[in-house]
Amino acid sequence: MTARTLSTGLGIAIVGFILFVALAAGWLAPHDPFAQDLMKRMIPPSWMDGGSTEHWLGTDQLGRDYLSRLVYGARISLLIGTLTVVTSGTIGTTLGVVGGYFGGRTDDVVMFAITCRLAIPLILVALTVVALVGSSLTVVVLTLGLLLWERFAVVARTTTMQVRNLDYVAAARAAGASTPHILLKEILPNILTHLVVVATLEMALAILLEAALSFLGLGVPPPLPSWGLMIAEAKDYMFFSPWVIVVPGVALFVLVFGINLLGDGLRDLLGVSQRR
Amino acid sequence: MLRFLIRRAVLAVLVCLTVLVVAFALTRLSGDLAVSIAGPNATSEDVATIRKNYGLDRPIPVQFLDWAAKAASGDLGRSYLYRAPVAGLIKDRLPITLGLGVSGLAIALLTAIPLGILSAMREGTFIDRAIGSVALIGQAMPSFWLGLVLVIFFGLKLQWLPISGVDTWDGYIMPGIVLAFSAIPALMRLTRAGMIEALSSDYIRTARAKGLSTASIVLKHALRNAAMPVVSVAAVQLGFMLGGSIVIETVFALHGVGYLAWESISKNDFPVVQAVVMLLAMIYIGLTLLADLMNAVLDPRLRAG
Repeated sequence: MTARTLSTGLGIAIVGFILFVALAAGWLAPHDPFAQDLMKRMIPPSWMDGGSTEHWLGTDQLGRDYLSRLVYGARISLLIGTLTVVTSGTIGTTLGVVGGYFGGRTDDVVMFAITCRLAIPLILVALTVVALVGSSLTVVVLTLGLLLWERFAVVARTTTMQVRNLDYVAAARAAGASTPHILLKEILPNILTHLVVVATLEMALAILLEAALSFLGLGVPPPLPSWGLMIAEAKDYMFFSPWVIVVPGVALFVLVFGINLLGDGLRDLLGVSQRR
Repeated sequence: MLRFLIRRAVLAVLVCLTVLVVAFALTRLSGDLAVSIAGPNATSEDVATIRKNYGLDRPIPVQFLDWAAKAASGDLGRSYLYRAPVAGLIKDRLPITLGLGVSGLAIALLTAIPLGILSAMREGTFIDRAIGSVALIGQAMPSFWLGLVLVIFFGLKLQWLPISGVDTWDGYIMPGIVLAFSAIPALMRLTRAGMIEALSSDYIRTARAKGLSTASIVLKHALRNAAMPVVSVAAVQLGFMLGGSIVIETVFALHGVGYLAWESISKNDFPVVQAVVMLLAMIYIGLTLLADLMNAVLDPRLRAG
């Protein structure tokens, strides 16, 4: 057992565990994550002085059970991560494959789009869009999805260029296959492994960005238990009870760390050597 | 080389123009700007007055051309919130953001390059893997959260560093460290890969055969060749860092351009938002152009192309 398989295993375990928590949130959460109880505000976690086993991770500034909010927050992070990657993956892959396959002027246009996207300050534009359109889960997913496609496009483009002149593509062309058929049935399946690796990296990035947007008050709207929002709401109390920001922060870190480990493992497993 | 640079410069101008359109279109997303500016308690006459005073009653293309023409001559409009020229507001705050970006980059390079070199020299060993995991940990750290944790620990518990503001130079240390975290993994991997390639090349074998010391081989010969991609990526990373400073400036209450942008976004002060989006994009474009230029100067292979 090498260190590599060990870290991949750790990645699978972390992501698997958080996925399980997210799916079974309704069953795992000991309390209602939205139920406020002003008599039970800021109870510390059970292992600290004044903590109780009724609230394992204590309660927040509105008396809501912290563990329950954390458990439901996993749903939000994973949902946003997945939906964003589906959106941005579709956009980026389409652009990259089209540019890489046709080359010439078409490719120039795709490259130009990528360059423009990189020049646009990510967080600033995302914040502005959410502020103007209104904050909701859908808006956050669409905004991030429309902004995070450039790495998909870069990788899809390079890998398409590598395979477009290979024999099986030429054979399909000679057999009279239509261009859409070649792109979808011959090119796409052969670059998919590379895209899967990009997807893990982008998912981690999307989760961190959602947390940052929610932290700045322009992400997922309250009272939804986004981990970023939990940190933002707890910020005013962190000087007296640091655990209020440590708990959601550690959850966020562990999830992103797990996804990155998984991505690295997949890259080695699938024999992909690309990395920006 | 000249043809390469001219093509890059033309491309940069085109990207600038596209970003200009994007920055403008962005603030028109909400539909009626005048209603947003007037606020919730305004009467319909108030809205009409605002629409007229700010020139929002003109067709959108006219508004755009007017704004773009003024922006080209340095007039970025007036802030609704501060009732002052946007250019002046930005000029006052830019030094803080630039100071933050530069200290972030300096910390990132001072950490990433030695770690990358060490990792390359001990390739495949425990040290290499340990440094690799540090990079993974850095990548997974939510920057705003790291900032808060540092504030609690170094600012409050140990009281070594100020928890907000940059009245003294040490105010830049914590925000700089947080900002550096986002760039360290990429720079480190790049240094490591470059050093591994350089160390296995023929000229290093020659240098070894001549009996040069390890320090001289690594620092004088190998690093010089490995440093090139690192330098150009560092320029691009600085651009990303300045864009990301909006989060850090809010955490540490630094009144730079990022903080100004956040304030303007939450208070519907669109001339400022437009201007900051444009400014950050221009800085990024300028930095990538600089990176291309440096590559062209340093790498003879590119000069031909």
